[in-house]
Formats: sequence, structure tokens, C-alpha cells
Amino acid sequence: MCLAIPARVTSINGMEAEAEVGGVTRRISIMLTPEVKVGDYVLLHTAYSISVVDEQEAKETLDILRQLV
Amino acid sequence: MEDKVLLGHGSGGRLSHELVRKVFVPSLNNPLLSKLDDSAVFEIGGRIAFTTDSYVVSPIFFPGGDIGKLSVCGTVNDLAMCGATPLYLSLSLILEEGFPLEHLRRIVASVKQAAEEAEVQIVTGDTKVVDRGSADGIFITTSGVGAIPQGIDISGSNARPGDRVILSGPIGDHGVAVLSRQEGLEFSVPVESDCAPMNRLVAGMLRASPAIHALRDPTRGGLATTLNEIAAQSGVSIGIEEKRIPIHDGVRAACELLGLDPLYVANEGKLVAMVSPEAAEAVLAAMRRNCYGAEAAIIGEVGAPPSRGRVVMRTALGTSRIVDMLSGELLPRIC
Amino acid sequence: MKYIDEYRDPQLAERLVQKLRERSTRPARLMEFCGGHTVSVFRHGIRQLLPPTVEMLSGPGCPVCVTAIADLDKAILLTELPDIIVATFGDMLKVPGSRSSLRNARADGGDVRVVYSVHDALEIASGSTGKSVVFLGIGFETTAPTIAASLLEARQRGIKNFYVLSLHKLCPPVMKSILDLGEVNLNGIICPGHVSAIIGSTPYQFIPRDYGIACVVSGFEPLDILQSVYMLVEQVESGHPTVEIAYSRGVRPAGNVRALELLHTVFEVCDANWRGIGVVPASGLRLREEFSNFDAEKAFPVSHPPPREPKGCLCGEILRGVKTPLDCKFFSKKCTPDSPVGPCMVSHEGTCSAYYQYRGEDGG
Repeated sequence: MCLAIPARVTSINGMEAEAEVGGVTRRISIMLTPEVKVGDYVLLHTAYSISVVDEQEAKETLDILRQLV
Repeated sequence: MEDKVLLGHGSGGRLSHELVRKVFVPSLNNPLLSKLDDSAVFEIGGRIAFTTDSYVVSPIFFPGGDIGKLSVCGTVNDLAMCGATPLYLSLSLILEEGFPLEHLRRIVASVKQAAEEAEVQIVTGDTKVVDRGSADGIFITTSGVGAIPQGIDISGSNARPGDRVILSGPIGDHGVAVLSRQEGLEFSVPVESDCAPMNRLVAGMLRASPAIHALRDPTRGGLATTLNEIAAQSGVSIGIEEKRIPIHDGVRAACELLGLDPLYVANEGKLVAMVSPEAAEAVLAAMRRNCYGAEAAIIGEVGAPPSRGRVVMRTALGTSRIVDMLSGELLPRIC
Repeated sequence: MKYIDEYRDPQLAERLVQKLRERSTRPARLMEFCGGHTVSVFRHGIRQLLPPTVEMLSGPGCPVCVTAIADLDKAILLTELPDIIVATFGDMLKVPGSRSSLRNARADGGDVRVVYSVHDALEIASGSTGKSVVFLGIGFETTAPTIAASLLEARQRGIKNFYVLSLHKLCPPVMKSILDLGEVNLNGIICPGHVSAIIGSTPYQFIPRDYGIACVVSGFEPLDILQSVYMLVEQVESGHPTVEIAYSRGVRPAGNVRALELLHTVFEVCDANWRGIGVVPASGLRLREEFSNFDAEKAFPVSHPPPREPKGCLCGEILRGVKTPLDCKFFSKKCTPDSPVGPCMVSHEGTCSAYYQYRGEDGG
């Protein structure tokens, strides 16, 4: 369950923020990830950010996959 | 069948089909109606196409258009999908008491503009006003007639094995543009409705070759539903390739966010054509010369009658899956 | 789209499949617990790519499907009360209860609103004086913190006409319950990615320890799933089951500490009734006493006749992974997405719906 997709945070105002994916933007809540910074990608679930995407880990996963095969 | 009308009965998918099949056709059946094409085609002097459609879109103003433009384009396109040259339209409005006159003026202005572009005339009309609460602002019905040139025989039941499936451009723009403005969603999207009259696009295609067997505009229910309709009417299977189907990034993103499949999202300025293989390249080239077909692409091929499933898609990963009709209304989902 | 497109690379997927075929020698029965994974598996046709040694089963990870029919009946009855707006995620609209569905309740005049986020429901409440808004709180650990956040916000803003019917459920306890039933013989579990973004990977430690079953937390793109299958096969081949995270860009071992904190501020753990599975101890969430003024259960007690389960429907067995939709005599005949008999056909990520919508040419 639980649809969540990576979106980029473009501005933050308190616990509210604006997030963008593929040019689509929406007002979101960052109450669950208050540490997020502008420019970070978050996993967005029903207009709440539930996790900050770890760029380093994302890169390493792809590197592992490319080495594996 | 359900014992009352549900929103899904108006979604253009399987429930809508069931309503037509079980309520209208048994009572009103005749050879012209039972073809269930976008227009009825008959002879009065020459061959005439006749169609009607109602427009209840909410919100009435959306990025890229409004209910007025939609009500002209939708009916013009239904005529064009039968190969007809659209000529005359009627315009019938149901207004809710209290509807702002300024909105009405804006809507009429876009009716005028769309009619001019499509080179059709609004030749008759009607207005009714109902009590506040009995309608949602404005509902429009347009009917249209068009003339079918000699030698043209286009119908959803004419697709043949070997035909190429040509799509006129990226899918899902209209549905996403409208959905983004609906209460409770409020996304801002970088796409506008593709709402447009396609009669000149079709005229250009027919000049390139008369070997166009089926034409349809994938409106409600999206490309998936339209392909299923043609496959069922023609008794064939249709194979399409996921990676050849053009989709704007904004539509893909909105669909990912809302858990929708773009194959089921509505279009108002796209068509899908089943064209004989020899004529496909010429028709494609003609489409690309028109502004509404600039991104046209061959997305698949018509096959023999199916054993299972009528529309099959080869995914980007090289696997295959059946593409079914839309079921019920298109709802955003979270899980 | 960044972090999506890279994980759909067909060339990389093809080579990964090749590698998987080379590595897999022993039979591996894997369950994707989460309905989101089920949808992705079918949408991309991933089962067609797997070697014959690898078998994939779908699990009960669809919160819509596992909502007890009695709870659904309660939600439907709420729509009949005066001055109530029932706000829900779109997924719930078509699920058949004993006698009706929310979709039919809306056609009967009930005020049922589909929202994208619980926050939208809160906004409806703040703009609707004189009416009460009841939000149907379905969802697993992923969604529950968002509901918690909305209740904290409601309290802070002094919004008093907002209520939640908490039907939230927890994943690790039901995994344990399914494993204890002993009906499915599994070698590995693809653990839910977004549930784990909240709870982390440690709550699954008991699975390899007590049951000897491999666990990998997976993302939702094709490469994520193929990578997770590969890692599970690797564990099966080496005979050392453990818990690994393939979805490390979104999931940390400890999860989202802040979200868990909010969740436990608002909710407490309770027993929960799962459709097809029954009451599972400590597998649900109810509002804490301090938040009881937001509790729809307390504000609007409704009594309903005993629920009726559709006879002959195999959703229960399917949710437990014991049967597949193809075993059900209703599947694609009497039971279709337009007139679903059981919940697994309704929810987009229900196993039956995924089989129906995305079945391959051969039906698999």
C-alpha cells in the first residue's frame, strides 16, 4: 500500500512547503520531516512528506546495480 | 445492473457502456443507432453525419479551455471521427438561477472562437433556466451535422488485421488539467487541456489517403477504453507498445501522484486512427503537418481476433499485459 | 522524473534478470506483502521475467482490502446521519459493505467527499460550520502519522468539527499472524517500502530469526523490485536469511523517528479486525484518551446489524496468500471491478484487481 513518489521541495514556510515533480506542484506538509531543506527530494504520501530521499544512497544503489550486471 | 444512476455511469467506461446497452439500445434501437459510432451516418441527398453531446464539466473554466470551447470541439470531433466535414451546430444551454452573466459571456465568446476555427456555424439554440440547486451552474448540449465526402467509409467497426494504430499526440492532458482544479486536489500542473477541433486534421489525413478504416477521439475513459471499443466493434485484437505512446512529463507526474494510469485519462483534442499499412506513413506525415498532430506516432498494430483480451500492451520492459476498459469513475487513490 | 526514471531502465532490468536467472538454483517462494508492490509487479509484467525457480505470491498489504466489513458498514451508516460530511480517500468509495458501499451511499444523498490528503478533509471542516467532517482513517503505518499530524493541527487551530474513524492497521503483527497460521510456505518476503520509511527495518528482525525467512525492504519501481528479488534469492541460496534494505534512498533502519513520535502521541496500539484474517492482537491503532474528542467512534456511535460476508468469495484466502484469484469461481465472471463481490477486486492494489487489470496475455 501507500503510494508515495519522490518530489523536490522548492520552498518552505514553517511546516508547510511547496513540492514539485515533473512540473506539477502542490502545497505539502513537512510536519513528519521537519529537517527537510529546500532542494531536497522527499517521498510524498497524500501531501505529507514521509521521508527525505538520501541522494548518496540513491547513487550507491544504482552503482551497485550497474556493477552487479 | 445497479438500481440507481452512479457517477460511474457517466465515466465513459464499462458502466457507461452497460447503461447504453441495457437501457437505451433495447428501447430505441434502429440500424443507425445500433452502430454506436460517434455520429449516425445516413443519406439525405448526400451522406450526412449527425451527432449530439452534453457537457457538464466541472470546473467550467480550466487551463486551456472552458465548457464553451469544449462543447463545440467535442461535437465537431464526433463528426470528424466519421470522416464528415462539420457544417452546422445547435447550442442548448441549461443555466442555474444566479449564474454570473459575465461567465456566460466568456463562455459564449469561446463558443464563437471555437466555431470560427472549426468553420462551423451555430444555427439554432435554446436556453432554459432552472432553480438554484437544480443544476451546477451551466450545462451545454450541442448537436451537429456534417457532410461525408464520396468514397469515405470510416467506422469503429472497420478496423482490419494489419492496420497501423496511429495516435495524434500526447495523452491525458485534458483529464489532468481538469482534475488539477477539482476540489480537494488543487495541484498546479504544467499542462493545459488539449481541447481542440480536429476536423482539419482529419481532412488532411483523408487527403493523404482514403485508406483510413477507423477513427475515434479518446475522450472519457482515455486511450485504453477507445482501443477496447474499436477492438470489440471490429472483432479484432490491438497490440500497442508502451514506449511509443507519447505522454507529457507533467501528465506522467500527476498520474504518479494521484495513482492514475494515463491510458485511462481523458483527451479532448486527440484521435486514434486505424490505417492500412501501405497508407500509414503518408497519413502520419499529413498529421504531423497539422498543429494538432505534430507529435503523432504509430503506436501499434491491429491483429487477428483474440483468444483472450482484445488490447494488449508490450511494456517498456518487454513484457505484455492486457489493457482493459476503464472501470467505474477515475478516482485518485493513495494506496 | 528524478528517482523514478533511473529505476525503470529497461537495459539494466534485462541484465538484472539475466543475473537473477544465473544465480537462482533453488526454489524460492516469495511474498510481496504490499499491494503497491503487487500493482507494480503486474503493471510492469515482472512475473513474466522471473526464472521458474522464483514464485511470487501477493500478500494482504492493501488497507482497503483488509478493512473489516463491520467497520465499513459503520462508515456507510455515518453518511446517513444529519449534517455529516464523510471524507475519504478515493480507494474506499466502491468497496462493498454488507448492504451498500460509500458510492451507493453518495448516490442515496449522503455527503461523501473524496480527498487526496487528510489535510484537505481538515480544510473542509474548517470551512464548514454547522457540519461535522468524519475522515475515514484507513491505512498502515505510512498513513497513520499523517492522520496524527492532522489531529495535532486540528487541536492547535481549535477545529472542533473534525473527527477520525480510526481503522489504521499495523504490518509486522499481521505478518506474524500469517506466518503463525502456517498456511503459506515462504522463503522470502518483499517488505513494504513506504511502511518501512516510517517504521524502519528492525521490526522485521523476528521473521528471519523465528521463521528462517529472508526479508528485503523494497522500493516500487521495476529495478527496485528486481533488485529485491535478487537479494532475496541470494539469501535463499546462501542459506542465511536476514533483513536487508534495498530501498535505502527512502528507508533508514530506524525509520522516521519524528513520524513515529507523532503517531504514538495521538494513537495507541489496540487489537484490530482484519477482513479475511480476523482479529489480530496489537495490530491496530485507536485514538488516545487525550484525543477522544476527535474520535468518530465516540462522537457518533452507530449500531449496525451483524455484517454479512459475501458467500463463496475467496478474498480471505487470497489475502492470506493461500489462494490466488484464478482459484476463485467469481473472478472475472460475477466479480469484476465494476461489480466487485469482495474487497480485493475493488482496491486498485487489491490482488484480484491487479490480476484483472494487468493480467498478462496468458492470464498470469
